[in-house]
Amino acid sequence: MSRVSTFSAVLLVRTVLAWGVTLLLFFPLFWLLLTAFKTELQAISVPPLLIFAPTLENFSEVQERSDYLLYAKNSVITSVLSTVLGLMLAAPAAYSMAFFKSKHTKDILMWMLSTKMMPAVGALVPIYVLAQKAHLLDTQLALIIVFTLSNLPIMVWMLYSHFKDIPHEILEAARMDGATLWQEFRMVLLPLGMGGLASTGLLCLVLSWNEAFWSLNLTAAKGGTLATLIASYSSPEGLFWAKLSAASLLAIAPIVVFGWFSQKQLVQGLTFGAVK
Amino acid sequence: MSFLQLNNIEKFFGEHRAIKGVNLNIEPGEFIVFVGPSGCGKSTLLRLIAGLENIDGGDLTLDGRNITHLPSSKRDLAMVFQSYALYPHMSVYENMSFALKLDKEPEAVIKEKVERAANILNLTPYLQRTPKELSGGQRQRVAIGRAIVRAPKVFLFDEPLSNLDAALRGQTRVEIAKLHRELGATTIYVTHDQVEAMTLADRVVVLRDGQIEQVGTPLELYDRPANQFVAQFIGTPQMNVSSLQNLPAVVADQAPIDAKGGSLGLRPEDVSVHAGDSTGIQGRVELVEALGAETLIYVHTSEGAQLVSRQNERTTLHSGDTVGLSLDLKHAHWFDAQGRVVTQA
Amino acid sequence: MKRFLPRVLMTPAILTLFLWMIVPLVMSIYFSTIRFNLMQPDQSGFIGWENFEYFVTDPSFWPAVMNTVLLLGSVIVITVVLGAALALLIDEPFPGRGLVRVLLISPFFVMPTVNALLWKHMMMNPIYGVLAQVWIFFGATPINWLEDLPLLSVIIMVSWQWLPFAALIFITSLQSMNREQIEASRMDGANYIQQLRYLYIPHLARSVAVVVMIELIFLLSIFAEIYTTTGGGPGDASTNVAFLIFKQALLNFDAGVASAGALFAVVLANIAAIFLMRMVGKSLDK
Repeated sequence: MSRVSTFSAVLLVRTVLAWGVTLLLFFPLFWLLLTAFKTELQAISVPPLLIFAPTLENFSEVQERSDYLLYAKNSVITSVLSTVLGLMLAAPAAYSMAFFKSKHTKDILMWMLSTKMMPAVGALVPIYVLAQKAHLLDTQLALIIVFTLSNLPIMVWMLYSHFKDIPHEILEAARMDGATLWQEFRMVLLPLGMGGLASTGLLCLVLSWNEAFWSLNLTAAKGGTLATLIASYSSPEGLFWAKLSAASLLAIAPIVVFGWFSQKQLVQGLTFGAVK
Repeated sequence: MSFLQLNNIEKFFGEHRAIKGVNLNIEPGEFIVFVGPSGCGKSTLLRLIAGLENIDGGDLTLDGRNITHLPSSKRDLAMVFQSYALYPHMSVYENMSFALKLDKEPEAVIKEKVERAANILNLTPYLQRTPKELSGGQRQRVAIGRAIVRAPKVFLFDEPLSNLDAALRGQTRVEIAKLHRELGATTIYVTHDQVEAMTLADRVVVLRDGQIEQVGTPLELYDRPANQFVAQFIGTPQMNVSSLQNLPAVVADQAPIDAKGGSLGLRPEDVSVHAGDSTGIQGRVELVEALGAETLIYVHTSEGAQLVSRQNERTTLHSGDTVGLSLDLKHAHWFDAQGRVVTQA
Repeated sequence: MKRFLPRVLMTPAILTLFLWMIVPLVMSIYFSTIRFNLMQPDQSGFIGWENFEYFVTDPSFWPAVMNTVLLLGSVIVITVVLGAALALLIDEPFPGRGLVRVLLISPFFVMPTVNALLWKHMMMNPIYGVLAQVWIFFGATPINWLEDLPLLSVIIMVSWQWLPFAALIFITSLQSMNREQIEASRMDGANYIQQLRYLYIPHLARSVAVVVMIELIFLLSIFAEIYTTTGGGPGDASTNVAFLIFKQALLNFDAGVASAGALFAVVLANIAAIFLMRMVGKSLDK
């Protein structure tokens, strides 16, 4: 019947278009992936090489550069610590707002949202001056503080909406069963909220790791993150594309993978729940 | 001193007075049902007893102890929630043993109690499953089991059957009744379904707008409702209440003096319909509901009253047929203009 | 005790955020009214509006504003239109849909500096870059993107990164759409264009507004891409307001003027923020 073939035709067009656009959009990353395994000469070959013998020499060279490890370490430390710190600040606040709702709860949440609305550049000078005065320029600590505070509104919001989804009757049942507040928290809320904590943490990790504005402005050789390192490849001498690709790949791979898993949280977090 | 005593209980939500001075005495072992329309305060009252909301006025005594301001965990009460509120991350066994664990009872004692309750409720094969893996009926039994293991002074049920489908509801109702007979525990049960109230209760408390309208055994409420509200709330189909204006003089004149300007209430089984009868009240059949065991006939009288008649025999009447009605005034309930019942002098 | 606990729990977060908001703001206001050069921190005197004047009369100011508007506008239009189209395209199931979604979202998670260099060197290099090779393949002369079309290059980079974000938001929004109304419209005889116009687009309108607001706020501070690729140039062809402020602060070391500029950026952002907050506030009420 013609209806069946119409559907197949539509499906075919849709599939071809979707895959076509996707491959096109993904191509630059694909190219990055390929180039990381080429030699420098292969990387700049004209016409561009699609088939070649892969090599791991770039990765080992990148590993040998001592500053790569340093920058990587900084990225890891600043993202992880800012996430942990953020969770420690955000979780109690979100818990309080979700379960002890008062007439100010909505106002406080909106206010927190508004603090995120300020463009980073608006705080550049004061934060720079403060960091300078406190001798925190080019340190991990400066970044940890800035990352934590930048992500705090998002974290509070996300945890709040996760906690709100826990039916309050389960907590009431725990109360009826004789649980003190602490027992209620530890034995019921925490296990149930673990998922929310994990996904919020994941999002924060991603945001901190990719953060480039503050990394570029507040840090340099000692406290710099991978973002800073990559930026320094802006115009180096000699052939460097393959190495740059390898370094970039190492820098972005974990986060892109995390990103695949945290798509939903991203939408929730960055739009503050305005899109369901 | 009764087992559970409510003295002038008051509750405010902001400016709104939700519970208006409720007084109630409950004896040990009684099955009390709170029933009433949505918003009447029955769930609120239950939650006040449970300690999940604060009592704003009056006091609450349990077995001689004033528990008005005690937190829920110290009141020795157990509650079965409408949504079951099972701990999703714990197995059935852990759900049921949670309270006992918090109480630091020895492991062997806990095991014995949980297994006994699971046995009564036919949950033994499911003890290691999580709530996700259970059907609605099974989850509900776990919720009940969680309450039973604690052997509390009073069981509180908050509309436990409303999330079940009709067949399961009937079945579970019977099981709850059996359970009460076996355990003999004092129970307060909240529902909006008056069939549950009638079948389960030792005594029924009818609530409206935060106040008690009447307290009595199910049949007392059925036979001797204190006002029009209770009369029409209890009994399906609803009691026929017709304004005296819509009834022929021969009927209306039999009303007691205080009921003038009020209405007449008659249960459907006290209204009978006769085809082709030209004596008595005339009316036209609007709808016939043949339910098998009984038949309901909806009639519109020539004076403008709407009446439902219930009979055990099948009928050949159809909508549009003219019929004559006879009313058994021996079972009449007369109400005055404010809906209060007026007894025949 | 009932009132006490919630307050204690909330205080650390609220306090730190409050400081994070107030301190830079107050400092910016203060700095914008004094003479403050980071290289000569002892020279400070109240100069009132002078910093603002200086910022606004900088020959790069209007170009920067223009560039900011162009940058914002183009990226927003590209991401919203293409994002919506993408979302509609993959709204119905087809083979490999899961993988497509994963691949599509990837650019958003790439570090901005990697993004910038990826394009600068590998795609846009006029000799060895992939785009150049494609141009040559079709017999045209390759474009020197970063030299000749700096702003457009930045627009391309940023759009590539934010397109997945917009698409993801729209995909999420479409999934919450009531399927039954689509079926009802089909029974009413609607074709796809009509469904688009009367059902899909109105439903998406709300998330479009959210995406526009969010992008307005984040894209105002586009910095890393410009810093890493064009350095704002050639000249000020790809300088936006954020980069201009950066130049003033950390290249000219004039913190006073930079602060004046920052306040300007803050006002811009707040205007967008007010609308976003109203949207979010409504969703909170539900």
